[in-house]
Amino acid sequence: MSLANLNTEQEPLLPHPQALNLGEEESYLRMVTKRFLKHRLAVVGLVIFTVITLMALFAPWISPRDPYEITGDFAAEPSADYLLGTDQVGRDIASRLIYASRVSLAVGIGAVAIYVVIGTILGAIAGYFGKWVDMCIMRLTDIFMSFPYLMVILVLVSIMGPSLYNIIIVLGLLGWPGIARIVRGSVLSIKEMDYVKAGITLGYSTPKIVFQHILPNCLAPILVNATFGIASAIIMEASLSFLGMGVQPPTASWGNMLTEAQSLTVLSTQLWLWIPPGLMILLAVLSINFMGDGLRDAMDPKSLR
Amino acid sequence: MFPYIVRRLLIAIPVLFGVTVFSFFIVNLAPGNPVEMFISPDATQADIELKKEALGLNDPIYVQYWRWLQNLLQGDFGYSFSTYAPVGEMVASRVLPTLLLMGSALLIAYIIAIPIGVISATRQYSWIDYLTTGFSFMGISIPNFFLGLGLIYLFAVQWQILPSGGMNTLGGDGGFGDTIMHVLLPAFVLATGIAGSMVRYVRSSMLEILGQDYLRTARSKGLREFLVVNKHAFRNALIPIITVIGMDIPLLIGGAVVTEQIFQWPGLGQLTIQSILSRDYPTLMAVNFIAAITVLLSNLVTDIFYSVADPRIKYN
Repeated sequence: MSLANLNTEQEPLLPHPQALNLGEEESYLRMVTKRFLKHRLAVVGLVIFTVITLMALFAPWISPRDPYEITGDFAAEPSADYLLGTDQVGRDIASRLIYASRVSLAVGIGAVAIYVVIGTILGAIAGYFGKWVDMCIMRLTDIFMSFPYLMVILVLVSIMGPSLYNIIIVLGLLGWPGIARIVRGSVLSIKEMDYVKAGITLGYSTPKIVFQHILPNCLAPILVNATFGIASAIIMEASLSFLGMGVQPPTASWGNMLTEAQSLTVLSTQLWLWIPPGLMILLAVLSINFMGDGLRDAMDPKSLR
Repeated sequence: MFPYIVRRLLIAIPVLFGVTVFSFFIVNLAPGNPVEMFISPDATQADIELKKEALGLNDPIYVQYWRWLQNLLQGDFGYSFSTYAPVGEMVASRVLPTLLLMGSALLIAYIIAIPIGVISATRQYSWIDYLTTGFSFMGISIPNFFLGLGLIYLFAVQWQILPSGGMNTLGGDGGFGDTIMHVLLPAFVLATGIAGSMVRYVRSSMLEILGQDYLRTARSKGLREFLVVNKHAFRNALIPIITVIGMDIPLLIGGAVVTEQIFQWPGLGQLTIQSILSRDYPTLMAVNFIAAITVLLSNLVTDIFYSVADPRIKYN
């Protein structure tokens, strides 16, 4: 879960020096791709993640049944009729499993997109302007980092009403401090470089310098952090839904499909109810974490593989 | 060193203040009021108003916050909305179980992670390295609740060698051994995520050290490889690992909420969920406050340990 923080305390990762040279940008991209593809686990992760994404996109075409349809068979064992059995209300588990991938991906990508934007903007402002602006933003970051994360999320979600959109918003609004710190660190070191000073001398506007000259060079650490962030957002949503404070039934989420397994009867006699969704969460999160690891290795100029 | 600690503590005060302001307003933004949650259904509107007035819920929110802060500074967390017990006592009775759970989890995590990380680094790119990398990612990626349910299924239902939840056997002697049996599963669940990231840290930190010149010197003077790795390299690899311990504490607090819920562990995490469900604001605020202090303190302690372990780091 905390893999995303691996690099926050160290010096910011700058892209390969070649990337700073505009003409060679393409070869940098090619180099990263090549190194990524050499990372076996990352490739496995990419394949699994692609399958899950396709599953989410084409859910209506590949699921055997309607995920909301209540059949006459309650808690039926897996059979030819129901590939993975039915739940206690009589809904087809395989179909719900497929549809639930949409929830997980939406939360992962939605929440991370929100906090990457917030974190990048705040981090860039803090790093570029420094002084009291930096001081204020960093104290705000400290406050957000001192929140017991899951507790605050639980409180906020229960206040706003548990739903898919509220989870995305809450995770998005709380997740930015990590990114803000990374971006601030990168901006601090990059703004001292000669080409930025040249830009200032040439009279470019501050937004142009920050967004066009500085931020593109912080892309690598942001991307790595965001990838791990997607994985932890997916776990977070699953945990909330499992506790009954996330996505509410009848909408299927991998987390809320496991809620029933808190009863010992379901846990011990109806394995098909809880093992498949649990494995799906594990698979999705694992594949994204593998990809994040591959990306980090591929973009880190210090790693030689 | 001492001035540094004092300054850090002084900076922590406004941060802590900010945390309480934020959480107080968030908690009190909740729609619906706590009175309706615990008053009998046949109470009249007048009764409810009376109750609200008595609890001070009709005052403006900043007045409520000010009152809460004043009481807090006198060590008074107020009274629970749902059980009427003093929140301080309620929370205090939960601290020890949570500490026991977290402490055991940290212990298990390090016992597993440190040797594995070292072995993984000394045999970089071997099958053993790939295997441990795979397992450490599994540890990071498996949701606590799924692992918890799986372990309950195996150990409590199938093999019946460990209890499925709680802290003591009902009607048992409540001895220490009994508690240890109960803590094993939840602590292991809580430990996996930490152990997973710990392995990665130990490995990368060891790898960096193993490439250093002074290790080549140690080898070339004929030192056995075992000593080189375990004495010269490992000590220095420990330094970055200290940071991880600091980062693990907030993770543990969050993880404890889910884990305690599954294993019915009578700690702060379970109390959090109960107080959210019953809109018990004073209890919720107290738990949040304690958690925030813990996070801030663990950051500070981490930094101090850091400078003790590595004399090159100077704070001023």
